[in-house]
Amino acid sequence: MNLSIKHLFGLEGVPKEDIDSILDTAFSFREVLERPIKKVPTLKGVTVVNLFFENSTRTRISFELAEKRLSADTVNFSAASSSLTKGESLRDTIQNLFAMKMDVVVMRHPVPGSVKLLAQFVDAVIINAGDGTHEHPTQALLDMMSIKEKYGSLNGLNVAIIGDIRHSRVALSNIFGLKTMGANVLLCGPPTFIPYGVESLGVKVTYNLDEALGFADVVNILRIQRERQGKGQIPSLREYRNVYGVTQQRLSKLKRPITIMHPGPINRGVEVDSDVADSEHSIILHQVLNGVAVRMSILYLLAGGR
Amino acid sequence: MEKRAITSSILFKNAKVIDPFREKTYDTDILVDKGKIQKLSKNISEKEAKEQIDLKGLHVAPGFVDLHVHFREPGYENSETIETGCRAALAGGFTKVCCMPNTNPAIDTRETVRFIYEKAENEIVDVYPIAAVTKGRKGEELTEMVELAEAGAVAFSDDGAPVKNAQLMRFALEYSKITGKPVINHAEDSQLKADGIMNEGVVSTQMGISGNPGIAEQVMIARDLCLAEFVNARIHIPHISTAGSVELIRQAKGRGLTVTAEATPHHFSLTDEYMRSFDANGKVAPPLRTEEDRLAIIAGIKDGTIDAIATDHAPHIYDTKETSLDLASYGMIGLETAFALAMTNLVHKEAITLMELIKLLTIKPAMLMQLPIPTFEKGAEASFTVFNPDEWWVFNRKNIFSKSYNTPFIGSEFTGRVKAVYNKSHYINI
Amino acid sequence: MNFKMKSHLMDELALKRTITRLAFEIVERCKGTENMRIIGIRTRGEFLAKRIARKIEEVEGVSIQVGILDTVMYRDDFRIKKQLPAIELTDIPFEVDGKILVLVDDVIYTGRTIRAAMDALMDFGRPSAIQLAVLIDRGHRELPIKADYIGKNVPTSDNEEVRVRMKESDGKDEILLVEVDQ
Repeated sequence: MNLSIKHLFGLEGVPKEDIDSILDTAFSFREVLERPIKKVPTLKGVTVVNLFFENSTRTRISFELAEKRLSADTVNFSAASSSLTKGESLRDTIQNLFAMKMDVVVMRHPVPGSVKLLAQFVDAVIINAGDGTHEHPTQALLDMMSIKEKYGSLNGLNVAIIGDIRHSRVALSNIFGLKTMGANVLLCGPPTFIPYGVESLGVKVTYNLDEALGFADVVNILRIQRERQGKGQIPSLREYRNVYGVTQQRLSKLKRPITIMHPGPINRGVEVDSDVADSEHSIILHQVLNGVAVRMSILYLLAGGR
Repeated sequence: MEKRAITSSILFKNAKVIDPFREKTYDTDILVDKGKIQKLSKNISEKEAKEQIDLKGLHVAPGFVDLHVHFREPGYENSETIETGCRAALAGGFTKVCCMPNTNPAIDTRETVRFIYEKAENEIVDVYPIAAVTKGRKGEELTEMVELAEAGAVAFSDDGAPVKNAQLMRFALEYSKITGKPVINHAEDSQLKADGIMNEGVVSTQMGISGNPGIAEQVMIARDLCLAEFVNARIHIPHISTAGSVELIRQAKGRGLTVTAEATPHHFSLTDEYMRSFDANGKVAPPLRTEEDRLAIIAGIKDGTIDAIATDHAPHIYDTKETSLDLASYGMIGLETAFALAMTNLVHKEAITLMELIKLLTIKPAMLMQLPIPTFEKGAEASFTVFNPDEWWVFNRKNIFSKSYNTPFIGSEFTGRVKAVYNKSHYINI
Repeated sequence: MNFKMKSHLMDELALKRTITRLAFEIVERCKGTENMRIIGIRTRGEFLAKRIARKIEEVEGVSIQVGILDTVMYRDDFRIKKQLPAIELTDIPFEVDGKILVLVDDVIYTGRTIRAAMDALMDFGRPSAIQLAVLIDRGHRELPIKADYIGKNVPTSDNEEVRVRMKESDGKDEILLVEVDQ
């Protein structure tokens, strides 16, 4: 049951068999999270460093929990309190850390491609926890796990991703993963949030929310950063909500209910209303739990084989 | 101007209809009742209507459409109000106008868009507001375009002010796609324009007046066309004034871009030579250019590069014009003279046919702005302009119905005159 | 890797009788079924456990809950092996505290799988006792672990393997002793 990949840089080019293995294993690890003693000795003696060059409390906690549940030893590095501020170069920081013999590094960095750069300097398993607007594979995997949990399979499923695709950390990973698993992907948002030439990835685009909702079995609603209002691409959060906010009113016009997802944190009343996010069709909280399970699965499958 | 409400049936006899929908000219009688065309045929019996008006020797076309006017309400009612602007429109044969949002406050919210509709509710002219592209026309943040379009805005423009930030203009073009309404950018690079009062050229040099070069316009049109092409959005270029601008638009259309353009009557009628009089009524933005530019505009009108004639009617109370040239406001009124200028300088100079002119004044601007326009057929709403294409007359103050009188054409001789308008069950004798 | 058949250890009928006997032994030792739960170790242990449970149900007239345990997460050897073993679902649908847990597996060999299974069960709670039922005990323990209920003792050498086939996964019931060339 070995994966063909040795690191998890992203989902681009990752074969379906690997994704299936990761998701199936994740379901098994999820069961561990429901036990009274949420720990298994599987990665005992394995050292994992969480190398976070930007704040992301949710992702880091999720990884840390996954690591600890597997009995691995974890080390945390966060940019603010680090030697980086003393002027040490990125390369030196990394090499210093790795002189201390780490087995796995989970890296989060604001700039696309940084994770690949890391691979040049260190001999460890590398897991991308988000490199800017490039890839965030573990988030996309937990999204797919949550969908698979509800629908059994992703093949032929209609998934709409709604929101600020252009600045999203997870949109590309979602698109790569979903397409590999055979889902149909539709992007929806104001034209200023849809990146140029995105159809080249094999996705369809619409600027009309009702059309997207009518198409979808599942919608993945992306968060609108409040700072976007001042940057000119949307006139106001208020108008964004009027045109692209997923509200109960819009959903009630549909012939059948659709599943609601959101990577979090949610701007209630902007991209999605509370009664939608908290409804029975929302699997948002499942996504969170599945996040730990998926990360456990990746850690096991990549680190277990070393 | 004499306005009469028509409450019963009325028969217009011996009309020569210039029908741009069917591209035909034909003689007919028109029976109108309850605001609708009831019958269109020759020799309708007089008994069929309570009132008859003989239009012998006169032509009839659909009511004209001006997609670029400035009614100074709210905020500058000194110079013009919606009411007086509508009066001027009727005098020029216009039954539909689109007004620009550089009022005070600017038309950048749903409430201000509705204000225009409410104020014009009882007017005999349909007034369609164009909303601002940016909040307060400051060029910093986009307006809530979707909401404004839903409230009834027909297009977006900061007219008077260019959108200087190219990134913001890009977003404006891109974002506006979901509304289906065009963005209209006042194409003038502010730095190149500098403090230019008239066209930079031989005349301005000989007069010692600071000049505003044609490249200020072309640079911005080129920029806007690039942006529109990249984000695949439609764009409308207002009041083009230079040969270079016409050529840019011609090429863009040739490449398949969804771009439309308008030109004002003063830009195909006057040149910078007019400014030798130092008359501030000739101070307009963009300025009057050279004869070469004027002829290029006419060529552009002729070959379809220019889609509409729009007046850029810009009323200014006299005290803002009767002052030193540098301080004088930019703009001239234009509703009352548009048709006459077009007839005199285009049709009678055989640059275009009467049918082509009527299209440029009716269906082309209406389609561009997606305005409903009634056709000439039984059952359709009766809305038409009556004119004499060959009447020679002299334009004077008494022919001005706007609140302001800032026009360089007082005393001009014209061939072609609007005589009457029938719209919304009213007959107006000009 | 080639293998050569050495002998049939059990056929379908023999397996059926062994299961019946194991079922009776378990009920007798645990003094009934009230505090006893059966847990099968994946993969064939699961099928065995279910068959034993059904037999007990027939005899005692009460329904028995069966849990399924996957021990991969607790193994001590997966980082040595070339192939990473797949992790299957664990499903223990009952409280473990205070119960006698009867672990069921098809073959016991070094005892390491049972050790992993016991560690796993400890994480579910505090059973009052853990007992072990196996179909075949082939000797060669590496840890101090013994089965409480044994189907058959089969002495083997290191180059031999016990192959258990069950209807649920392999289409038929039989147990074979084979010799393997490494």
